[in-house]
Amino acid sequence: MNFDTSEEQELLQETIAQFVANECPATRVREIFDGDTGHDPAFWKGLMELGLGGLVVPERFGGAGLEVIDLALATETLAYGGAPGPFFAHSLAALAIALGGSDAQCERWLPRLASGEALASVAFAEADGCWQPEEWQLAPGLKVSGAKHFVPSAELADLFVVGTAGGGLALVAAGEGVSVEAYEGVDRVRRMGTLRLDAAPAEVLGDAALAARVRDAACVLLAADAFGTAQRLLDMAVDYAKQREQFGVTIGHFQALKHQLADMAVEIEPARGLYWYAAHAFDHVPEDSARYAALAKAHISERAMQLGRDAVEAHGGIGFTWECDVQIWFKRAMLDRAWLGTPDVHRARAADLAGW
Amino acid sequence: MDFSYGPEYDDFRGELKGFLAEHWPAGGGGEGESWEDMVERAARFRAQAVEQGYLLRWVPRQYGGSEQEPDAVKAAIIREEFHRTRAPDEPRGIGLMMLVPTLLERGEEWQKEKFVPATVAGDYKWCQGYSEPGSGSDLASLRTRGELVGDEWVINGQKIWTTNAIDADYMFCLCRTEPDVPKHAGISYLLVPMKQPGVEVRPLKQMNGGQEFNEIFLTDARTPADWIVGKRGEGWLVSRTTLKHERAGIGNALGPVNAFQGVVQLAKKTLRAGRPAIEDPEVRQRLAAIEGYVRSHEYSSHRQTSRAFRGKDLGRVSTMSKLISTNIGSEIAKLSLDLLGDEGMIDPLAQGESAESLGASRSWLTQYMFSLGIAIAGGTANIQRNVIGERGLGLPRDYYAQRSSGK
Repeated sequence: MNFDTSEEQELLQETIAQFVANECPATRVREIFDGDTGHDPAFWKGLMELGLGGLVVPERFGGAGLEVIDLALATETLAYGGAPGPFFAHSLAALAIALGGSDAQCERWLPRLASGEALASVAFAEADGCWQPEEWQLAPGLKVSGAKHFVPSAELADLFVVGTAGGGLALVAAGEGVSVEAYEGVDRVRRMGTLRLDAAPAEVLGDAALAARVRDAACVLLAADAFGTAQRLLDMAVDYAKQREQFGVTIGHFQALKHQLADMAVEIEPARGLYWYAAHAFDHVPEDSARYAALAKAHISERAMQLGRDAVEAHGGIGFTWECDVQIWFKRAMLDRAWLGTPDVHRARAADLAGW
Repeated sequence: MDFSYGPEYDDFRGELKGFLAEHWPAGGGGEGESWEDMVERAARFRAQAVEQGYLLRWVPRQYGGSEQEPDAVKAAIIREEFHRTRAPDEPRGIGLMMLVPTLLERGEEWQKEKFVPATVAGDYKWCQGYSEPGSGSDLASLRTRGELVGDEWVINGQKIWTTNAIDADYMFCLCRTEPDVPKHAGISYLLVPMKQPGVEVRPLKQMNGGQEFNEIFLTDARTPADWIVGKRGEGWLVSRTTLKHERAGIGNALGPVNAFQGVVQLAKKTLRAGRPAIEDPEVRQRLAAIEGYVRSHEYSSHRQTSRAFRGKDLGRVSTMSKLISTNIGSEIAKLSLDLLGDEGMIDPLAQGESAESLGASRSWLTQYMFSLGIAIAGGTANIQRNVIGERGLGLPRDYYAQRSSGK
């Protein structure tokens, strides 16, 4: 047994971390955050040149042919760096096509998604928090109509993987019958919009099992994103405690703060094992896949949100300002927590899946 | 990431099942087997299980172990199969879990030969003499004196919170042997026979009614001059080795994983509004919330085991195991008390009919309080937070601790 990352996986994470540090340091993340688009085309192009558009795309379609664990590791590293843009939704859409697309669909879309020539997103949520495949109402067919909410990078996407009634998926290309109302989300580096479909041409993608599988992958990736986010929040709070002085010493000397920081670390550090196993189960342990994905999404997104609150508190007054970068990751945690359903939804699913 | 039960592990499980079927058959002792016969049968079985490499895998063969390559999957398979067949496991006492690893790491060769085989066989029972009435979290302020007189140490002082001292044959303890140097540098790690006139043990009754704790009064107690682990004045260093193993033992993810399975069963058996509690949405939420922590700890531990085996850095999470485990233990204990409802008002250790009627709930009620004891033993939760903050996160040392250690 070796429940640890391989040298290749460590290299993948190091490469991404280095790229983010060079091309999108915190100062640049801040510019995107304060800008209007939540997107940095040059940074995105760089990520695509590194091959991150096609991590889970089979090699014959121009991708790296890797697994969800690799995608999750990349997601963690990007989240730690606060990377802006459509990586999560783009990767998830590519995974959906790679897992369940027909040959024609794969040939048409995957090479372009892997290279970054086209950008894809996923459209799941319907009104009143109906995120889960079992809850979708949008009628399937060759022409689809209806609204989908909280669609990441909706304004930028060329292609949408859309959830349909009965737990199915459809491919809808931007263009005829497709319009987007972008809005200002709380996470300003990952903008979203409402997708309005009015007799938009659609193709069925895969079967009902595919939608459930894509939901599980989304849970794993959100958990990985939340883990990277929480790690960053913890490190920011610890670094601040080592710099800020009061009563003539750095505030990290004081047990009240030291213990709060220790508790934050204890909350999040072991969760690395949970998201790793959830990703590994997605790839290799079918009987654990859905359940661990739900547990990881619920547990880690909740921890990240609490760490966000704790990190603000640990910074004192400066932590509550717009100027302080803590809010960038705080708001990333807010999105990871709510997107695809809040933690209680996934805890209830995990309980059902356990057969309790 | 290779985490599958591949063919190698399927074979391993098959062999283990065959071994258990042959050497620990169900109901093997038969009706009317005496306690002594059962104990002897268990000892024979353990010896065979060590011989085959199923128990004491981390102890070298020359000292009575089976010296196997660390493998968390094999360890999990062994645990599952031993649990399923109720076969006798390793005698996980203080000696095996704490002193043996310390001696293997830091003992003299003759000390390993004398003490390790007898301890792993369960023949020598140990207790740990660390805390004193005036030295708890500030352990290095301890005052029990050890003076070398001829070829013997003569020991005077008092130890407290000493688990299982009443049955112990020997104690590993910290004594101040060099009174004239700064506090950490004046301590030695001595091995002391318990059955001698200078050692008096008095049990302490705990809040949960148990009596595992004791006080020890040492009045001219004696031990040979070479029954010292490490050199004179190195006791603090040696005790860090022991403490690391104590915290790792408490911090092991197995405890929480098993306790969680137990509380799920409890939720199935107990009722809420006439239905099994596990059908209640609030109970399901709480169970799933706890399971998030349990599985995190479980797989984080597998990661650490894998990295330790390959000599890779474990990172800051390695300072956290004890607090992670005891936090989970607290949550499980709190949920169990809510599930037990009215039974939570009955004294689980009373001798009368009311306690008898508790049946299986007894151990949950005892555990409810014991979960607090374990959060204190081996360094309180707040001491753990200091360790995590200072060693794990690199925050500055506590001002008062730094000042009193003279550093």
